[in-house]
Amino acid sequence: MSAPLTSLDRPNSYIGRAVPRPNAKRLLAGRGRYVTDIRLPRMLHAAFLRSSHAHARIISIDAEAARALPGVHLVATGPDLAKICTPWTGTLDHFKGMTSEPQLPLPLERVVWAGQAVVAVVAESRALAEDALELISVDYEELPAVVDLDAARQSGAERVNPAVGSNICFRAQLDSGGVDDAFASALHVIEQDFSFGRHTPVTLEPRAIIADYESESGMLTVHHATQTPYQFQDLYSRHYGIPEARVRVIAPDIGGSFGMKLHVYHEDMAVVGLSMLLGRPVKYVADRIESFVSDIHARDHQVKARMAVDAAGKILAMDVHDVTAIGAFSTYPRTSVVEGNQVIRLIGAPYDFKSYRAALEVVFQNKVQTSQYRAVGHPIACAVTERMVDLAAARVGLDPLAMRANNVIADDAYPTASPTGYKFEALSHQACLERLRRLMDYDALRAEQAELRRRGIHRGIGIATFVEITNPSPAFYGVGGARISSQDGATLSLTPSGEVRCAISVTEQGQGTEAIISQIVADQLGVAQEHVKILTGDTEVTPHGGATWACRGAGIGGETALQAARQLKANILEIAGLILQEQPAALDIVDGQVVGKATQKPRLSVAEIARISYFRSDTLPPGTQAQLTVSHHFAPQGYPFAFTNGIQGCYLEVDVDTGFVKLLKHYVVEDCGRIINPMLVDEQLRGGVVQGLGAALFEECRYGETGQLLNGSLADYLVPMAMEMPDIVIDHVETPTADTILGAKGCGEAGTAAASACVLNAVNDALTTFGASINAIPITPARVLKALNRY
Amino acid sequence: MSRAGDLDEADDAVRVRMVVNGRKTACDVAPRDTLVDCLRNQLELTGTHAGCEMGACGACLVQLDGRAVHACLMFAVQADGARIDTIEGLAESGVIADLQAEFHRRNALQCGFCTPGMLMTAHDLLSHDARPDRETIRDALSGNFCRCTGYEAIVDAIAAVAEARTTKASQPAEGSSS
Repeated sequence: MSAPLTSLDRPNSYIGRAVPRPNAKRLLAGRGRYVTDIRLPRMLHAAFLRSSHAHARIISIDAEAARALPGVHLVATGPDLAKICTPWTGTLDHFKGMTSEPQLPLPLERVVWAGQAVVAVVAESRALAEDALELISVDYEELPAVVDLDAARQSGAERVNPAVGSNICFRAQLDSGGVDDAFASALHVIEQDFSFGRHTPVTLEPRAIIADYESESGMLTVHHATQTPYQFQDLYSRHYGIPEARVRVIAPDIGGSFGMKLHVYHEDMAVVGLSMLLGRPVKYVADRIESFVSDIHARDHQVKARMAVDAAGKILAMDVHDVTAIGAFSTYPRTSVVEGNQVIRLIGAPYDFKSYRAALEVVFQNKVQTSQYRAVGHPIACAVTERMVDLAAARVGLDPLAMRANNVIADDAYPTASPTGYKFEALSHQACLERLRRLMDYDALRAEQAELRRRGIHRGIGIATFVEITNPSPAFYGVGGARISSQDGATLSLTPSGEVRCAISVTEQGQGTEAIISQIVADQLGVAQEHVKILTGDTEVTPHGGATWACRGAGIGGETALQAARQLKANILEIAGLILQEQPAALDIVDGQVVGKATQKPRLSVAEIARISYFRSDTLPPGTQAQLTVSHHFAPQGYPFAFTNGIQGCYLEVDVDTGFVKLLKHYVVEDCGRIINPMLVDEQLRGGVVQGLGAALFEECRYGETGQLLNGSLADYLVPMAMEMPDIVIDHVETPTADTILGAKGCGEAGTAAASACVLNAVNDALTTFGASINAIPITPARVLKALNRY
Repeated sequence: MSRAGDLDEADDAVRVRMVVNGRKTACDVAPRDTLVDCLRNQLELTGTHAGCEMGACGACLVQLDGRAVHACLMFAVQADGARIDTIEGLAESGVIADLQAEFHRRNALQCGFCTPGMLMTAHDLLSHDARPDRETIRDALSGNFCRCTGYEAIVDAIAAVAEARTTKASQPAEGSSS
């Protein structure tokens, strides 16, 4: 009762409110419409014969029997598609010196990983297409496969691409100076090697695409389960020589993406070509095994790290070397080196020290490509940094939380920059740290841990501070020559009955994009949220924009919607002013009614303004042209990225007899700036954390010596399930960015960024009394027992 | 009646009769078609999803004679004579309306691909155990993979519905209102 009124008490104040997602009800009724569900008239189905070898030369392909099978419409090999599709190369100009072989939908001469698509069959059903695959024989000459990362780096190693001199894709170095001096003068030098396994996004809906080329009009329509329809419109247009305006990409409901569905896949490019060759719609849905061998994988790093620390526990310097394996090609169009680049630039980012040196080596292997997956590079940088901080704390004799409190960049030190040159506008490490201490009841948890340890129960507490990159400017891809937009566009209309329709270029994969855009538009216009309809995911309907990746939907898409809504509101009030004989500045809109700003008394409904403007323009003053549709674009300016920060805590128990780790509770304090919908932010964090927990304990793509993936099924590749996951307690600090009116930054990757680091630290904390140490992810029971010398 | 000998394969189709979402349904399937293929492709009940095709992910769960089963692990011909209820049927009948509303209110779904299977499991669980604790709910969901949510909101939603149903059941009939 006595609580003061906040901005949320005003009508239509949706920014900051936990409202459910309007578009989720369909999904709850089984009325989602995923690409997997779509059937078009005369649609055919593609299936792919895949390479059984990790590296081999194609001698010959015999597909006569497959072609003769009734119901088979087309069997295509590399040369068939090479005639109509230009090759692509996964390099960007700002990564100096990087190389990668040109790629085509299907290979001409060599296969470079086990599972690579080699021959496409298009038939009247998927089952028939798969029957036909069994009738195809490919004669291969096996070549030496580059499987092991260390072996790949040796001079004289077998090469993934025999035409070039080494398996190195890219090298980079950073050096702020003063590193050797700092190490020479430090009381403590901590050194540690780390290894991070390969894992893969495992979206529940696999990749799915339907390409529908109509030769009469030269129009290509692609129903594509992707985050980035505009990027694919551009790519299909350029690689198949179709004018951009005749390529339409529709991304309907998407069954999970997490970065995986924004890369170019050979099969997807092939399907476009197959549809062009046949003049009919062609559908391809990866089955689960195909997903494991052809979706991008992620991570796969070997890191050597050193940290110099003074007697008081102050971090003086870090020196790191990251080697990462990316498969046989660098992925197109975003490359496979962004991950490593972000690893070396994010290491040490939360901490106040000056001397930093890093080297990055990105190496080819005969495995499927790795590339951007949720929290690109962050989990590696975070795990290395945070484990080193814990090792340093132990050496100095400080509590891990105290060690961090001594070293994080102070909240009053902004603006500032990381030793690697990232510019920070305003972060809140100290506030988050103190909030986490209270949220976890840290001291009580430590006391409980000590008490249980006396009873032979080994619990661990892990802490991980992090920084996340969000709202990327063209510095991310545009400067490297990629036609990937960092701006977004929205077209906002007042409909004749006074409702609002917003077509915007950010896309929905379930994170709540459409919900938050409708909140922002309703809030800014002064109408009820249910009167705002959002359209996304169709290049024919919305303006061109970056869409959804790198945590840009709320910060950039949201600001686009906000600015568009303000423009539309101004246009509505201009007409209202004419009708009411009032200055527009003296009017406002509240709950769909134009009101006097001073009196807040309703004067005229927005619906009435729409009615008059659309149907009785004759009653408006001569010369009036009501502009009830506005199109608006917004590109981020100011800081190249809006960095966010936060801290996570993990409480777990290690069974030292079996090596099993039981996660008990997870804690997150996060600062993503202005929060538009607290419930959706929390759910982004929870989902992100769980992907990090899976990486920490379970997930790993395991390969045999010949480069065969050994665990390509959901029974063999372990993903986090409900039973193993803890409840996750979340709190927020809100430091809006001043670069936008909205002030929002991203939050989708924050959970994943630090969760695995937290678990790594917590497991090591639990094992302290045994003198055991683990510095590899995933932390499998076998690794735990090995560390305990029990296996 | 076929003129060409190589068209004989079409004769492989088998007629399957089921009661799907309360309606008698007959369809012709190939012996190798799974139940999920038949539901999705022939009956256009696309709310049932195929996620792993080996019974690990739970996206394809449907009710067969009142029990939750994996539609990807059964051939359609094995369902001959059975009563099948899919998400579409449960949604239309209103029996899971409270679960759907609570999932919506708590945002216990993101991409929605696992959601029909989650609702099947939740419905199955609550019909056997009116007051499951969180551990029991998590255990019941151990065959349902969700990559988006982290599960907690799903557990919360099911727990809340269990509590609401129990409260409602314990109230005298005249005290109920709508």
